Amino acid sequence: MAGRAKVAAQVAAVAIVAALLGLLVWQLVRDTGGAAAQITKGQTPDAPKLVLERLDGKGTIDLRDYRGKAVVINFWASWCGPCKQEAPELERGWQRWKGKGVVFLGVDIQDFKADARRFIARYGITYPNVFDGRGSTWGRFGLLGVPETFFVGRNGKLVSRVPRPISREQLDENISLALAAVS
Amino acid sequence: MRVALALLALLAALALAAPALASEQRPTSAELESELVCPTCKTTLDQSSAPVAERMKEIIRERIAAGDTKSEIKAAFVAQFGPAVLATPGKSGLDLLAWLLPLLGLGIAAVVVGLLARHWSRGRGDDADAASAALDPELERRVDAELARYE
Repeated sequence: MAGRAKVAAQVAAVAIVAALLGLLVWQLVRDTGGAAAQITKGQTPDAPKLVLERLDGKGTIDLRDYRGKAVVINFWASWCGPCKQEAPELERGWQRWKGKGVVFLGVDIQDFKADARRFIARYGITYPNVFDGRGSTWGRFGLLGVPETFFVGRNGKLVSRVPRPISREQLDENISLALAAVS
Repeated sequence: MRVALALLALLAALALAAPALASEQRPTSAELESELVCPTCKTTLDQSSAPVAERMKEIIRERIAAGDTKSEIKAAFVAQFGPAVLATPGKSGLDLLAWLLPLLGLGIAAVVVGLLARHWSRGRGDDADAASAALDPELERRVDAELARYE
């Protein structure tokens, strides 16, 4: 009887260690670096899910609603110095491209809403912005930090990303790429 | 005597509760910075100098100056960043597991150690019985004879 109990205890111990190892492997396999890692490998993954509350408080925005248009998704935060540097460039880009099948979407991430609203007012940003205080999109997109800008093609796939403050040339070049991505 | 003991217990409880109450009503920046996590670097605020952590520290100071309690300040941060901003898990729902599992582990370990100790002590007892059972009859007779001489 004691022998059986001993074997059962040993089996249970081995099972627990195996389960913990399995959990570790699953976590390592699952953590693929998000969409950014796929873009770096030359792939064009589907744009990750993005449904977030608008910063102006008028409901939510679902990225899927923009299907058929090229989308510029800019991740930013009010506490981020380089985001302040690129904000005027993004607004100028929006003014150049709006009405031409292009949508700009700002995602304020891991920030304070009040600070974010002040930022928008200060830099005169007129394109829609959503709030992701919890950073739920961080892992899905595989952000390295902020600012970071992703480009979604008209086919709903991510075509490129710029993981630093964006310049006018980068903006125009990547928007052209996104407009050309139809299938 | 009983009344004196009850009073003593009450005083002890008050002595323990008073600092907690004071901390709730008048929290310090240092306390809150050790209880909240920087969302980008995942360390407590007192360990971080990331831009978002610096902004969070500023907001803590502003809210303390405005007279907010510790719970109110923490709730405001949870509303912005979610429950992951708290350095310790909550005490309800799934978060409760984080508190209960270590206790459960300790309980299981105590039971296992107890069972093993009992098993080992029994084993030793059996060995002693076996040793006495195996005593040579001649030797036993001599021991008895020697003992009889001293009686």
